[in-house]
Formats: sequence, C-alpha cells, structure tokens
Amino acid sequence: MSRFWSLLFYCVPVLATVTFLMAIYGVWPLVDCAMPPSLSTAGETIDGLFNGIHLLAVVILLGTGGTIGYVLWRFDSRRNPDGKAQYFSHHTTLELIWTLVPGSILVFLAFYQMNAWSENKMVRPTTVVDGIEEKTGPLVLVKAKQFGWEFHYPGDDGLLETADDLYVEGLLVVPRGRDVVLQLESRDVIHSFFVPELRLKQDVVPGMSQFVWFNANQTSEVDILCTELCGWGHYKMKARLRIVEPEQFTAYTDNLKATYKAPLASIAKYPSASVAADVGGTRD
Amino acid sequence: MLEGHVTEIPRTPLKTPAPIMADERSGVRARFLGAYVFSTDHKVIGIQFLFSSLIWLGVGGLLALAVRWQLAWPWSNMPFFGNALFASNGGQISPEFYNTLFTMHATIMIFFVVIPILSGAFGNYLIPLMIGAPEMAFPKLNMASYWLMWPAFLCVIAMLFVPGYGASAGWTSYPPLSVLATATPTETAQILWVMALLFAGVSSMMGAINYLTTIIQMRAPGMTMFRMPMTVWALFVTALMQAFALPVLTSALLMQFSDQVLQTGFFLPENVSANNAPAVSGGGQVLLWQHLFWFYSHPAVYIMILPAMGMVSDMLSCFARKPLFGYRPMVYSILSIAGLGFVVWGHHMFIAGMSQMLAVSFMVSTMLIALPSGIKVFNWIGTMWGGRLHLTTPMLFSVGFVSMFVIGGLSGIVMASPPVDIVIHDTYYIVAHLHYVLFGASVLGVFGAIYFWFPKMFGRMMNDRLGKVHFLLTFVFLNGTFFPMHFLGRMPRRLADPYVYDSLKDLMPLNQFITVCAFCMGATQLVFVGNFFYSLYFGKRAGENPWQSNTLEWSTLSPPPPGNFLAQPIVQRGPYEYSHPDRESDFWPQTEGQPPSS
Repeated sequence: MSRFWSLLFYCVPVLATVTFLMAIYGVWPLVDCAMPPSLSTAGETIDGLFNGIHLLAVVILLGTGGTIGYVLWRFDSRRNPDGKAQYFSHHTTLELIWTLVPGSILVFLAFYQMNAWSENKMVRPTTVVDGIEEKTGPLVLVKAKQFGWEFHYPGDDGLLETADDLYVEGLLVVPRGRDVVLQLESRDVIHSFFVPELRLKQDVVPGMSQFVWFNANQTSEVDILCTELCGWGHYKMKARLRIVEPEQFTAYTDNLKATYKAPLASIAKYPSASVAADVGGTRD
Repeated sequence: MLEGHVTEIPRTPLKTPAPIMADERSGVRARFLGAYVFSTDHKVIGIQFLFSSLIWLGVGGLLALAVRWQLAWPWSNMPFFGNALFASNGGQISPEFYNTLFTMHATIMIFFVVIPILSGAFGNYLIPLMIGAPEMAFPKLNMASYWLMWPAFLCVIAMLFVPGYGASAGWTSYPPLSVLATATPTETAQILWVMALLFAGVSSMMGAINYLTTIIQMRAPGMTMFRMPMTVWALFVTALMQAFALPVLTSALLMQFSDQVLQTGFFLPENVSANNAPAVSGGGQVLLWQHLFWFYSHPAVYIMILPAMGMVSDMLSCFARKPLFGYRPMVYSILSIAGLGFVVWGHHMFIAGMSQMLAVSFMVSTMLIALPSGIKVFNWIGTMWGGRLHLTTPMLFSVGFVSMFVIGGLSGIVMASPPVDIVIHDTYYIVAHLHYVLFGASVLGVFGAIYFWFPKMFGRMMNDRLGKVHFLLTFVFLNGTFFPMHFLGRMPRRLADPYVYDSLKDLMPLNQFITVCAFCMGATQLVFVGNFFYSLYFGKRAGENPWQSNTLEWSTLSPPPPGNFLAQPIVQRGPYEYSHPDRESDFWPQTEGQPPSS
C-alpha cells in the first residue's frame, strides 16, 4: 500500500504519453483521433507546430509528473518513521534555472509561430493584374444563416454582390492548386466556418465582411462544419466542400450559369431545392 | 495520522458580538434565524456559501451527465429521467434542450459553484481566522453578499417556468443569438440569465471589497503581509481581480439587458435579422460584447483557480512537514498571474474576427502567463522534496491538484499558439483543457480543502478511509472522462448530435467510453456526500489542531467561538515553520511564545 499512491501518480504522465503517441501514430483504438490528413499547403506548418508543442508538453509532463510520483515514494513518512523533514525553503540557482529556461522557451515559441499566423490570417495572397500586384479578390461569397450555408458565385459580369450572382446552398466547389479567397458574411447570428482538412476556421460575424484563404493541394470532398453555437439547429448546420481540378471548376461554374434558368432576382431571394440538387449539393 | 494538539492559551473570549435578532420576545425561531440564516458571523456565512455551492454542484453535475448521455447515445431514451422529463419527445433530449443543458451546466458550475465556494465559502471562513481578526470589516455587507446570491438562484429556478426551461445561448451568451428574440426560442430565459449574473456579480463585488478591507486593516499584531499564509494572499489577489474586473462585466450585462428589454443596439449590427423577421435597426458592434465579457471572464478563470492554489500551498506544506518552497516567489507569481490575467482575454477571440494583428500581442502575453504558473508547480514539488509526507486525504487531493494542473497548464500552452488554435478552437480539445483546470485542479483543491478544514468548521474529522476511496475513484474517472477529450480535437463543442457529420461518426465509441467514466465519476461523489453527513454527526472529535498546523485558525477552538479567538493572537513568525532544526516538535504555531495576555 505504501507504494500505491506513488504508482497512481506515475500513471498520469506515463498513460498520457502512451495515449498521445498512440494518437499520433494511429494505434488502435485511437486510430484517426488526431486531425485528419491535411489537404492544404498551410496545414503542414500548423501540424508541425501542433505536434512540436505537444512533444514539448509531453517532455515537461514526464519530468514534472515523474518527479511527483518519485517524491511520493521517496519522501513518504512511513519510509522515514523517526526522522524529520529537511528544513529549507530556497535554492536560488535552481529557481533561476526553472524561471529562465521555461521563460526563454516560451518567448522563443511566441516569436517562432508569428509567421505561421500571419501567413494564415494576415497576409492575403496577391495576384498580378495588368502588371500591378494586388490582393486576390474573393472567388466565392459565403453567407451563413440559421442553419445553413449559401455560396454565391459571380455571374457573367465576374463580380460578386451584383444582381446576376449565382447561388448554391450546401455545396462549395473550389479549384485545386490555386489561392482561393472566400468572403465570409452572416445573415443573422455568429457562425463559424470550419474545414478541418484545410486547417481553416473563422467566425462569421454579422455586420462584418471577412476574408479567408487556402490553397488545396489535392482533390477531395470533405465536411464544412459550423463551430459557433448559432441556435437550436446548430448541430445540423453542415455543408460539403468539393475540391476539383481547375478545368472541372470552370466546367462547373459554366454549367451553373447554364442551368440557372429561373428569374435571377427571385432565385437569389428564395433558392429552390432543385438548383442545389442539379449541381450535386446536399440539402437537409 | 497526526495527534491532536492543544495549545495552552488563556480562555477569555476576545470579543463576543451580541447575536442579532435574539431578543426575548422573538423566541427560539428568531434565534435560529439570527444564528444560522441572517447571521453576520463570517463563519456562518462561509458555511452557508459552502452548502449552497455544494447543492448547486450536484445540480450542475447532473446537467453534465445529461449532456454526456446525449453525446454517447444521441436521441435515445435517457435512463431513469427520460420519460418523466421529456415525455413530449418520447424520452429524448431535444436539440433545443441540449443547448439549455450545457449552457446551464457551465453557468451553474462557474457562477454558483466554483467562484462562490472558493471566494464565498473559504474566503469568508478562513480570512478572519487566518489573519487573527475577530470578524470581517463589514459584517452586514458580508451578509448582504450571501443573500444577494438568492435572487440569482431564484432567477435560475424561474427559468424552469419559461419557454425552453433555461438559457440556451451558451454560458458566454454571445449576441445576437442571446439578444434577438427571433433567433432563439429561449429569449425570456436569456433575460433571466442576465439578471442572475448581475445579482451574482454584485454579490461577488461586495465580498471582494470586504475581503480587501479586512486583510488590509484587520490583521493581528505581528501579522505582516509577508507572514500571511498563501491562502490569504491568494484570496487577497482574487478579491483585487474581482473588484477591478466585475464592474466591466456588470456594465456589459446591463447593456445586454437593455438590448433585450429596451430594444437598444449595443451589440447588434445594422439590419440584422433572423428567420426572415423584420431587421432591427442595430448600429452596434457584435464583438464589443466578446471583448467586455472576456475582459471579466478571463480574470475569472484565475479567480476560479488562485484561491485553490493558495489552499493547496498551505496543505502541501503542512503535510510535507516542511516550509513552503519559495514563499516570496509564490506571492510574486500570484501577483503577476493577476496582472497578466488582465491582458490575455483576447486569446479567447483569436478566430472571432478581431484584428489579426491584435491576436499576436495577446499570444505573447498568454505565453508569458504560463511562466508564473510553471514556477508555482516547481515550487510545490520543491515543497514536497525532502519532506516527510503524510498522505492523508487532503494531501492526496492537493497532490492530485498539482498533477492535474500540470496537464491543464500544458494544453493551455498548446492553444496559446494562434495557428494551432485555428484548428482546436471551439472543439473538445478546449473542453478537455478547461475541465483539467476547473475540475482536475480547482475542484480537487476544493475537495482537499473541505477535508482539511471540515474539523475546524464542524469540530469533527471526516473519515479518512472513505476520503481515500473518494479520491482514488474521482481521480481515475476524471482522467477517464477528460483525457480522451484531447483526442476529440476535430469534434466541435456544443453539437447536439455530432454524428450528422460523416467525418465524426467514428468518434462515437470514444464518446461512449467518456460517458461511462463520467457516470462513474458522478456516482463516486455519493461517497463524499455520505462521508460528509456521517462525519457531521458521528465523526471523531477533532480537537483544536488535528493536523498540527501552524496557521492561526488552528490555535482556537473547533469550531471557533463568536469572535474567533479566546485571546488576542500576537503573531511571532511566518506560517511555514515546520521541522525547524532547533526544535523538538516538527511544527511551530505562528502565535507560540507570545507574551501572556493581561
């Protein structure tokens, strides 16, 4: 019994480390528990940071948790029935070390990840138009509402937020291998646009127009999730993201324009189920 | 087990305030009311806070179990309660009610359990006793601070009688969802929610002012600031944070209340509408609420852990029979956590749509706040190192606190990194982190503190064997419940049925494992309830100082008389003089050797 509590506390860092490694390497039963494989170029940086900081955390956990387990065994009063505890309350060198070393690690971490953040959220991709480099315009306008997603494509004029916008619900189609910029807006409350495979998440705030971007490196079809509580139907506010080859994307938008027969104004206001069904979207 | 210790002190009560409302005509009933209900005695008020928080802990826990049931076996008939509660749904939890469940779970646990039990119960009970004061500085304000919790309780109870049976916009209550009646089916409950928080907030503010004044003004002779136990330091800094952060929350709540009731638009943008309702004029800022809310609620995170840190420091030192390692660095750590705690709120909003540039500065301050927390962990381990550990129940809970706080702190560093937070924000990874800090650390600290100070409060010991069973099962099942949540980093929070997404279907077995552990953890608490009430009446008599501790509360009777001390305590030394080499005994009470009082 005297070693029982020590062993119990040893279990914490050991089991944490083992399960963490199982999740990283996908060992049963923790298969696919980590993030799904990344489909975007930015994903690698984020995954590197995610795994790197976790590895550091596991090392610290093994150190501190292991020491706690050791202390409980080594300094148990039952192992030392007659003795007295040591009388000290300082160790300047030790304290300096355990202040300065973690301090520098934290400052290093803080500065190390600034680039990843700015690439993902601050520096919008640019395109060269007529020899002038300017910020890439949005390819799709995403409008979130209780409880679904609308995806607006530009019509023949090539501009968003004009009368001839084409409008699909529940399915976002984007081309592979180029910088895609999305413009996010909300019709009612706060929603959040989350695509785990693209390592992309942004709250969609009513009254604000925000831009997010990604560059998908392979074709696929994945879920778009809402990750901000938006009402009773929050759990079913889903859509699909289909990443296709650039030529397929052109074909898709051409087809969309061709099949968009109904009066544009009325469609933009009351989308019919058939439009989404025509292009293979999923609707509830 | 340590033997009881009786200090020889002259038995002349220091000061006995006349019990209020105890005149001849009002009789026994009024004496009961005066002594146990409308009492101005800080000890009674502390115990009142303790009991009401523990009752709410039970309620909040049951709500959590209902949430877990739905995540493991969605839309299936809930055992025992399903048919009674949700008859109209065939025993199922409806998606609207699921939102209510987690909203009220968090609201109750944060505002009615953790904050009041730490600041209200232990703050009230321990501050005057530990600094050698006969009472709080403002006893009537203190009584008012407890009785203002009741309107808050009543607001929450009243929610049961309005549509939705509770607020459902999350404990963060983000507008426009919480404000637009067309967007949420529980608009009346949202108004009651705001009112409940207003009352609870004003109660905390009154408590904070009282604690600050008492600690600054009413310390016993010889009790310098740097001779105060860590518990008092932590409660002092907590009161400072409450005094500065709560006014901001209160004004934000009043603004939300006015948006809901007076149709103002502080937090509503122009032309916002839901469900095709006519647009409201708005003109305000949605993110303003989040800034104001987190300006309070991030310091609140530290309000919910600092007092537990203080109490754990005292318990570790006592049961290691060793001076606290690095007393002054511990004090400076608490102060810097409090200071930095006011400039890190933006890390809740990395992807909320605030300036991305701002996120970088919040990231730096958040990284830095990990440093004082880390120093505290190292100092706790340093306190145990070379000690003579008595693994009593409160000691096990204290070590459990340190062990769990390490995990919660480390996952905090992971999410302090904004690029990583893009992925894990609003997922179960966050749920894992916050429960490691709030349950793994704070609640284990609270349990330890109850086992530790129960003898002082009620004069009897709690059963140590049952306490150890309680610790062991709680510790195992809490890890079984919360650790696997780290592996649900792609499952968003607050989804009534995550499995509508094909990509999340494979997470169901893991969720079922978590739910089984959560139910076992809930059942384990019955051991605590049984032990608590059994010990209240049949526990072993404690004596004055059952743990052979140094601090002042152990130098008076258990429970202490009105006025607390039989003679004016005069403090001779710091609180952590354990195992002094010049002494036979391994402890040295703070007042020992004081000149006899005249």
